[in-house]
Amino acid sequence: MNTPISWLKAYVPGLECTDKEYNDRMTMTGTKVDGVERLDKNLEKIVVGRVLSIEKHPDADKLVVCQVDVGEETVQIVTGAPNVFEGALVPVVLDGGRVAGGHDGGPLPENGIKIKAGKLRGVPSAGMMCAIEELGSDHNAYPEAPENGIYIFPEALGPVTEAETCALAAAGKLDSEEARAMNPVKPGMDALELLGLRDTVFEYEITSNRVDCYSLLGVAREAAVTFGKPFEEPDVTPAADEQGDVNDYISIEVKDPDLCSRYTARVCKDVKIGPSPWWMQRRLSACGIRPINNLVDITNYVMVEYGQPMHAFDLDTVEGHKIVVRRAQDGDMFQTLDGQMRRMDHDVLMICDAEKEIGIAGIMGGENSKITDEVKTVLFESATFNGPNIRKSAKRIGLRTDASGIFEKGLHPTNAEAAVNRACQLMRELGCGVPVKGLADVCEPIPDRVRIPFNAGDINAFLGTDYDEKTMLDIFAKLEMDYDSEKKEVVVPYFRQDVKAMCDLAEEVARFTGYENIPMTLPGGESMMGGLTYKMRVQDKAREIAMFNGFSEAMTYSFESPKVFDRLLFAEDAPERQAIRIANPLGEDFSMMRTTPLNGMLTSLATNYNRRNKDARLFELANVYIPKALPLTELPDERSMFTLGMYGEGDFFTMKGVIEEFFQSVGMKEKMVCDPKAGRPFLHPGRQALIRYKDEILGYFGEVHPDTAGAYGIGGRAIIAVIDLQSVIPHTAFDYHYTGIAKYPAVSRDISMLVPKAVTAGEIEAIIAQRGGKILESYGLFDIYEGAQVRPGFKSMAYNLVFRHKEKTLEEAEITAAMKKILNGLESLGIELRS
Amino acid sequence: MFKEELEKIRKEAQQRLEQSDSLDKINEIRVGVLGKKGSLKDILKGMKNVPAEERPKVGQMVNDVRVEIEEAIAKAQKTIERKVQEQRLAAETIDVTLPAKRMARGHSHPNVIALKEMERIFVGMGYEVIEGPEVERDYYNFEALNIPADHPAKDEQDTFYINGDILLRTQTSSTQIHAMESGRIPIRMIAPGRVYRSDAVDATHSPTFHQVEGLVVDKGITFADLKGTLDEFAKKLFGEETRTRFRPHHFPFTEPSAEMDVSCFKCGGKGCSFCKGEGWIEILGCGMVHPHVLEMSGIDPDVYSGFAFGVGLERIALLNYEIDDMRLLYENDIRFLNQF
Repeated sequence: MNTPISWLKAYVPGLECTDKEYNDRMTMTGTKVDGVERLDKNLEKIVVGRVLSIEKHPDADKLVVCQVDVGEETVQIVTGAPNVFEGALVPVVLDGGRVAGGHDGGPLPENGIKIKAGKLRGVPSAGMMCAIEELGSDHNAYPEAPENGIYIFPEALGPVTEAETCALAAAGKLDSEEARAMNPVKPGMDALELLGLRDTVFEYEITSNRVDCYSLLGVAREAAVTFGKPFEEPDVTPAADEQGDVNDYISIEVKDPDLCSRYTARVCKDVKIGPSPWWMQRRLSACGIRPINNLVDITNYVMVEYGQPMHAFDLDTVEGHKIVVRRAQDGDMFQTLDGQMRRMDHDVLMICDAEKEIGIAGIMGGENSKITDEVKTVLFESATFNGPNIRKSAKRIGLRTDASGIFEKGLHPTNAEAAVNRACQLMRELGCGVPVKGLADVCEPIPDRVRIPFNAGDINAFLGTDYDEKTMLDIFAKLEMDYDSEKKEVVVPYFRQDVKAMCDLAEEVARFTGYENIPMTLPGGESMMGGLTYKMRVQDKAREIAMFNGFSEAMTYSFESPKVFDRLLFAEDAPERQAIRIANPLGEDFSMMRTTPLNGMLTSLATNYNRRNKDARLFELANVYIPKALPLTELPDERSMFTLGMYGEGDFFTMKGVIEEFFQSVGMKEKMVCDPKAGRPFLHPGRQALIRYKDEILGYFGEVHPDTAGAYGIGGRAIIAVIDLQSVIPHTAFDYHYTGIAKYPAVSRDISMLVPKAVTAGEIEAIIAQRGGKILESYGLFDIYEGAQVRPGFKSMAYNLVFRHKEKTLEEAEITAAMKKILNGLESLGIELRS
Repeated sequence: MFKEELEKIRKEAQQRLEQSDSLDKINEIRVGVLGKKGSLKDILKGMKNVPAEERPKVGQMVNDVRVEIEEAIAKAQKTIERKVQEQRLAAETIDVTLPAKRMARGHSHPNVIALKEMERIFVGMGYEVIEGPEVERDYYNFEALNIPADHPAKDEQDTFYINGDILLRTQTSSTQIHAMESGRIPIRMIAPGRVYRSDAVDATHSPTFHQVEGLVVDKGITFADLKGTLDEFAKKLFGEETRTRFRPHHFPFTEPSAEMDVSCFKCGGKGCSFCKGEGWIEILGCGMVHPHVLEMSGIDPDVYSGFAFGVGLERIALLNYEIDDMRLLYENDIRFLNQF
């Protein structure tokens, strides 16, 4: 939504403020200004000049030397423009002035271009004549400007305000010499003023609840209340002297009132197409709308003012002079006025005549009823269509227009009548056509105005304020809300469809007493214990341990491509493939909710590898989404996963250490067991393990399979671990117990073994732990060797065992007995003891 | 005669000690004077010629000299030891400007740093931190938040749907409803989490990002409480000198609604390129929980009121750490992460 301040002032005449004040105060009352464009930005010392004479430049074929009357003096200007002629009135930038851009209409430089007197090919030139592009605008906004050349003013602008036009129309002199001679253009005048560039255009971010503010009048109402100035609503009551009867021209039938709560139409005859007056063109172009002709300009002008899109039909093309509003048939093809053939369906509302469809309601008219310059009688449609239906239809057809964008917000039926009357008023004022008396109107009952019980105490209690009743009622009055003092009810005007309940009244009070004037307090009431959930505590521990071990926290997307499963070499029937699909994804790469965090981690490692980062260690704490059944009827299981990945320095056992450290830090006192039979296809078959704890599987880790690493573009060996935190949590505890520091001496024994290759350290340690008894305090592998000195099929391993009794010094016999039990057990695994 | 000889020994020992420059030389002196075959022993051997009544006196003299020499030796020894140590320490001088040896610690994600800051602030104010589902029912994401089926806000948010009823939540506000439905009042909670919107990836958009939702419901909660709480939050997050500004706005599930700006933390509100000359930076959306929303979740709006707010975590992280491209947050390049 854009509004030039000059147009707003037409309805809020008392509005006097700087651009900054307007910006700040409107923003603070809820009409957020999103952009401010001063149309005369970087334009300085630009006046009207009359070209008195043109002579050839002595040294340049393409240049001419002009004497230009700029009011108080005559200056010499050298130009290369092809279209200047003796007597032409042109914008001239004087020595020391500034223009916005170049004549070729490229991007405007930040600070414009400074113009200085100088010499062109040896001939002095005291300024420059300007093309419209040099004034920061273009041919679209000023259709009369030449495509290539200096802007030429008319000898007079004609009427420059709506009031002047009105006065001429009333006197029957619209098409007179007198009218054309109004507001003559003279040398020395401010060219920017004449061009309507002494103006500022504000752009707003209008919230979706304020349909009324998608119109200039709506914004003007807000501005009036914000600045405490009166709002002067235009009087669009049809003139008393209108002739004829609209019902002789048109009949209307609405077959689907659920999609069209009101359809109004008015007719104007004796239509004369021509350019619209200066003031209308300037206002439209300031809003970014290209002036076309009086009829098109009027519908656009009313759309800006009232926020009511209208459609103009050539009545002679409307068969049977009848409008029928009905749903389309499934599969109907319809050609819109942009020439495109489009497929309709049963939920699209069509505007039809007695024979055929002539427009898509609220979206776009049809090619078959397109208005031409030969139009004699015009039919204005001003209707209220069902907002959500327009929105959905526009989406299905794939055609969103300015009109549909407004209709979808849900207009009030009262607005339709006001807008069509305004259009007819302008038709008459501009001499564009003669309105026929009467309004053709098919209307569902218009809902009564909303009444809201008012109690100043309730509003104060809600806001935490202490305003008196009068302050509040004054605000309501300015907002055109009536007060029924008997029933103590506020009666809301039709255009404020957003105000429905006490909280909405409270908002109005807050907005216009100022949000900044509401005090700041902290909630009272009983004090409460804050804190994290238990799961968050475990996650924080995971973070702490991962970071301590050099892993940095990563974040990856929750959705990915189903192709990921093939990359990860998952079997066709792998449960991971049972993933939730997004019905309307951004693309295949974002189409499936992940069931494993692997892809995100491997992709991140690959990113680092490709960018030649030598070592990388990353972890992520995020969810996977496991459906209970597909298609989804219940919400899925969102499981928090702790994923670690690394390449570069460190190996499988580094990762194992991190996992053990994490388990220990969350109070998991038992030893975790690594089961080599993990069966993960994306991991190295000989370097992977399931993480078992108390016989439950909590995750897996291992070296990434070279094929998988290759598929992701990771060149080195990468290690990855996936821990299912949801399964870990039941085993965790944050209860610490002190067990006393041993007072009695420890006894250390070493065992050196020749171990068959197939026997794992895990098996050996299980025997040591189980057979060592209470007095075994700890054990640890201190040497492992496979190679030339060791018999083939065997490896050499050496453990250190530490025995200690809590209450006494151990006796040799006790240690010997424990050792014997251990050694016997080890021998049963086929292990030979070395001396 | 003894006296002269003792004096000679003493003087000679002292002289030699003074000239000694190593522990070995001092030891030589000790052996030569105090040792079994040392000069003092020689003197004691001559004692047999001394008359018995004078022996104690001579003995005393010898002993005095011995003590004196021992002390002198100890002193000399200490001097040399100190000198040796000084030399060793001097030789051990290192270049303290050489690079440090650091443990390769891991780094936090900027989102997490921002989140932990916010958690710390709100937990300190007595808020619980809770979670809600990311894959959510339409009802919780829209309808219960006053966004019925045909509401244009449903389009504005460009929702990812799984099917007609289940979607990826577009806002953590859905967690509000779960908290209110639990029936435990008063409520003071924040709910961080992932949300999803159908925005293509670019420097300022991501189809998945994070929000932190806040909700307070109790008897007598006012808009003033909302302002006070969020002003406190802003001061704790951005510094005590921070000022806040509440602008009217619209959200379907709060009324009145506001957007909160904070004074630009780069220029302090004077206006700079960071705040685009505004002096203010938009931080969050908030408002009084719409009575209809309370009602739908089984809370009587005539008895209770509440306020809610929602903060974009990425927005805070990008602003606070001056990160100019949102994509960096999801690429996980360690050269980026190492800066946090």
